[in-house]
Amino acid sequence: MQIQYNTENACLTVRLDGEIDHHSSNALRAEVDAAIYAHLPQELVFDFRNVSFMDSSGIGLIMGRYKILQPLGGQIVLQDPAPHIGRVLRLAGMERLAAIRNTPVKEAVQ
Amino acid sequence: MKILNEFRCVFPADSANEALARAAVSAFLIPADPTAQELADLRTVISEAVTNAIVHGYRENTGEVGIVLRMLPERTLYIRVTDKGCGITDIPKAMEPLYTSAPEEDRAGLGFAIMQTFTDSLHVRSAPGKGTVLTMRRRLGNDHAEEA
Repeated sequence: MQIQYNTENACLTVRLDGEIDHHSSNALRAEVDAAIYAHLPQELVFDFRNVSFMDSSGIGLIMGRYKILQPLGGQIVLQDPAPHIGRVLRLAGMERLAAIRNTPVKEAVQ
Repeated sequence: MKILNEFRCVFPADSANEALARAAVSAFLIPADPTAQELADLRTVISEAVTNAIVHGYRENTGEVGIVLRMLPERTLYIRVTDKGCGITDIPKAMEPLYTSAPEEDRAGLGFAIMQTFTDSLHVRSAPGKGTVLTMRRRLGNDHAEEA
């Protein structure tokens, strides 16, 4: 997992890799929380481009970070989830807590 | 009902084995030629069921999780996930969306909702102190796209 912080717009981007399940989410949670408390971002972007699988453990991960960011006035962006992950996100109603953004195909190819 | 193929395995209730359970479903389904969505749905379903067994069933102790996969006629996949953990005291409550008995672990409480949405049927048999058996069926070719 790669974490990037952009000071210009106080944006913390977490580039997730591989499969997000109960097993992997415990370590992910600790890393993401450490980065949140270090930077106190206005925007937390979870980049899903390289995520091949996610179950409700990933939903718990997002909901937990939402609870941390809400009092700080920060918002969450879920970037480029694969269709089957988008389906789990919608089933869980994540669009009510976070913005789901998809890079237009042309840009993604470039 | 005639069983066309069957796979059984038992493994320790270790979270590293959640990926193993998903791999088992993927491999078992290959001959049935599922769509990408069906494969993703069923990998999610087994992951939720096995995670429930590990996180909730074996909350206080540890033990084994059993999986039975069967291919039945009419491209129907049967999944059974068994644990011998603490069992579920109130099954309707456990199945309520967003209910979780482990909120401190960031559990979303959506495992059963996902299993129900991505399968045609879900049956829960559980006894406190004895364990839980989840049985699910999903007929390949049935469109679940509208439900999520």
